[in-house]
Amino acid sequence: MPRQRSARSAALGVTVRRIPTTPISQRSAGALRRRLIVGALVVLALVLITFSFRSSEGGSVNSIQSAGAAALRPFAVGVNRIAQPFRDGYNWTESLFHARSEAARLRAENERLRQIAIQNQFAKQENAYLKRQLHYVSGRSFPRDYAYVSAAVIGRPSTAFAQAIIVDAGSSRGVRLNDPVITPDGLVGLVTRVTSGSARVQLLTDQEAAASAIDVRTRASGIVRHARGTRETLVLDRVRKEDVVHAGDSIVTAGWRANGLGSVYPKGIPIGDVTSVGQSDTDFFQQVQVDPYVDFGALDAVLVLVPKTRASTSP
Amino acid sequence: MTVISALRALAVAFVAALLQAGVISSTLVFGGAADLLLVVVVALGLLRGSVAGAVLGFVGGLVIDVVTLDTLGVTSLVLTLAGFWAGRYAETTGRGRAFAPVLSVGVITVLAAIFGLFLHYMLGEPVSAHQALVTTLFPALVLNLLLAYPVFRLVRRLVGERVVAEPSREVELVV
Repeated sequence: MPRQRSARSAALGVTVRRIPTTPISQRSAGALRRRLIVGALVVLALVLITFSFRSSEGGSVNSIQSAGAAALRPFAVGVNRIAQPFRDGYNWTESLFHARSEAARLRAENERLRQIAIQNQFAKQENAYLKRQLHYVSGRSFPRDYAYVSAAVIGRPSTAFAQAIIVDAGSSRGVRLNDPVITPDGLVGLVTRVTSGSARVQLLTDQEAAASAIDVRTRASGIVRHARGTRETLVLDRVRKEDVVHAGDSIVTAGWRANGLGSVYPKGIPIGDVTSVGQSDTDFFQQVQVDPYVDFGALDAVLVLVPKTRASTSP
Repeated sequence: MTVISALRALAVAFVAALLQAGVISSTLVFGGAADLLLVVVVALGLLRGSVAGAVLGFVGGLVIDVVTLDTLGVTSLVLTLAGFWAGRYAETTGRGRAFAPVLSVGVITVLAAIFGLFLHYMLGEPVSAHQALVTTLFPALVLNLLLAYPVFRLVRRLVGERVVAEPSREVELVV
């Protein structure tokens, strides 16, 4: 029975009355009922999981689930159809938001692919060049007394005063001062400065460069050097007037040796073709212009020739 | 809870489950999808109490499992506990608090994700904790929090709120 007691406050002089409250047993029953329901639901869910998980394809649980899915399918389809316009609207709006980032992504990808294509093109050219180089060094035209050090061009400090390249091979790979430098196309120049890891190569087009050369067909000799006023044209100087030189003749290094001295260039390295021959009454020598085989502006890799005698004695 | 309000609550859970299974779960925003059914179940639990929340969570989860042909009972179990917890929160400290829907949805979204991951793991299904708890949970959490208030107000409008008698005061002053 609920208590119906009254009390009088001594301090305030007012009547204080307790009102009926929920009995404890009733509250406990409510809590118990709640726990029972939730517990039953949890157990039911666990039972469902167990049966669903353990049932085989075509089992009773699957059949019930399939029947339930079939029964709910019209509702699902209806909801889907009702929601379709909203979903389309959302997708359209989303595509608008993504259009800018998509375009940026495609631009970046396009840029990346273009760079890859360029790199591939370079690799293809380099591959062809290296194949040609390999063919050259194993061929008969490669000077027999020399070994080679393959080097990549890593710098072109060419100025109005000097024509040179920097290669990535130095004294640590056996390169020394005055070593000739060639490509499969022909003579490039001469090593003029060496560090342990790199070397500076004076090109044949440099104003101070010169190489003794001969006409392959007529054996007319002279000195190939840079033609004044041009950048990549050579002249065969000191060719006597009685020597015969014709346009189209091939010029190669002479590789002379006399009294223990010799040219720094080995014999027979191609230099270029004669493009024009001229002479005047006042000059002692003919004026022979040579178009070099080597494209000095597009050097990527070169071969530094190292005498075999030195290569065998070096550490 | 009258029969009419119970049917309304059931209909709300049913429609939310169908929407969730058919539309919302496939509408990805930043790699995650909102869980409308979870938000609705939490709202129902807050409005109608723990028992109603648990029952409606069970029913809604069962609909999801049936429609999606998933393992029966997994979603039911998660949503039963979610609805019950939300209901208990409303029956105790959360009653009448303005932030109760958002707080409940936030906490229950995270707990449901962890519990769901645990259940699937226990069932031997291939699960990725990173996928479940990072990649999809954060967007889902944000979306659920955004949905919390509107859905709570809508559900309250549709099914009403359970009238809870004020707790009796122990002492009444009679002048």
